[in-house]
Amino acid sequence: MTDTIVRTPAWKVAAAWIFVGIPLLMGVFQTLLNAMKLFQ
Amino acid sequence: MTKLQGINESAAGDWKLTELGWIFSIAMVFLGLSAAIFGRWVEEGGPRKAMFTAGVLWASGFFVSALGVKFHNIWLIYFGYGFLGGCALGIGYISPVSTLIKWFPDRPGMATGMAIMGFGGGAMIASPLSVWLMAKFATATDVGVLNTFITLGCVYFLFMMVGATLVRVPAKDWKPDGYVAPAQPKKLITTNSVHVYDAIKTPQFWLVWIVLCANTTAGIGVLGQASAMSQEMFPGVITPVAAAGLVGLMSIFNMGGRFCWATVSDFIGRKNTYFTFFILGICLYITVPFAAGIGNVPLFVFCFLIIVSMYGGGFSTVPAYLKDLFGVRYVGAIHGFVLTAWSAAGIFGPVLINYIREYNINHGIAQAQAYNVTMYIMAGLLGLGFVCNLLIKAVDKRHHLKAEATSGAELAAAAE
Repeated sequence: MTDTIVRTPAWKVAAAWIFVGIPLLMGVFQTLLNAMKLFQ
Repeated sequence: MTKLQGINESAAGDWKLTELGWIFSIAMVFLGLSAAIFGRWVEEGGPRKAMFTAGVLWASGFFVSALGVKFHNIWLIYFGYGFLGGCALGIGYISPVSTLIKWFPDRPGMATGMAIMGFGGGAMIASPLSVWLMAKFATATDVGVLNTFITLGCVYFLFMMVGATLVRVPAKDWKPDGYVAPAQPKKLITTNSVHVYDAIKTPQFWLVWIVLCANTTAGIGVLGQASAMSQEMFPGVITPVAAAGLVGLMSIFNMGGRFCWATVSDFIGRKNTYFTFFILGICLYITVPFAAGIGNVPLFVFCFLIIVSMYGGGFSTVPAYLKDLFGVRYVGAIHGFVLTAWSAAGIFGPVLINYIREYNINHGIAQAQAYNVTMYIMAGLLGLGFVCNLLIKAVDKRHHLKAEATSGAELAAAAE
């Protein structure tokens, strides 16, 4: 019996990162915009 | 939510702020309890089942809360957001931890940092999204909370189901390319595992519990009161708008600290990371009253940002610390029990800050100096954490699970 390593396709990895990354970046951007008020 | 009947101003029958405060408190209590009670089930049932359960509970919590808003029944909201939501938070919080540690045996700190950073990062998405949704759903006769809850429940359910579908536990013998387990394990890093019910009987568990409680109490007190504290310490200099900016900046450092400090712990060790938190923390807490005294806003802001990064770092480093001490097999369940320290800190932190401030003001101390004593008490608390961290030693071999020779040195020793 031989073990085969099943690698996740690159597009799936990219899709997962985008799925999580876009909302997170939006949130960080909004928070940074609010944080700028500290320096005004 | 205080204005559910009155739209532009409160009306008779509207909920008071103190009644609403209980929603968060109930959620925090059930977060700790569910993490402790269901930790073993999460560990043995696997992350997919746990994430699915957390997703169902979390979405149900929002839907039940929406019913509470519709019928103006606070008890439905206590049950929905408080109980169901709290249980979802506890189960969801611990479910990715041991899975990520197994995927990154070479960088367990970074792995737990990623998992716990997600929890801090979520607040940055949820907060602006909730405000935006309420603005969208608001009408002349409705503030939009009901529809916001329903929408959030659906969106969270979708995202959590995608996560539950994608999550996978690695094969038992899986390791990253080129990774070789150290032949000579470090003194505090075990290659064995300890059962969760044996772990809570060890002094190491309770020392870690106090370490986390001290670090969290100090941080949570500052985080929760940062806006009011900064305005009172710098009257006329830090405005309410600027204070809101400070809170936003702190949330970014809280999230970033979770990833950065936990990653650093892979290089300098967990014990040294906590020593850094305590020594640096003591210096910073003592510096806060000094910065306020000389009117130095940048120094004050710097202190708060580093403090809050270490608060986040304390959360994210603790699962890796537990993995080092008790092994990987029950780390999620043991982590669940340790999270009760968070629930305790959620009571101690705000109480220390608020009551001592009130006591000082009642005894004639100026508002700007009312927090000074609290800062010194927090520094003392970190001193206690330092001592407990110093006392942590490797767990006695009698607590190790039998037939757990899982890595390099153990297998080599067994072969000799």
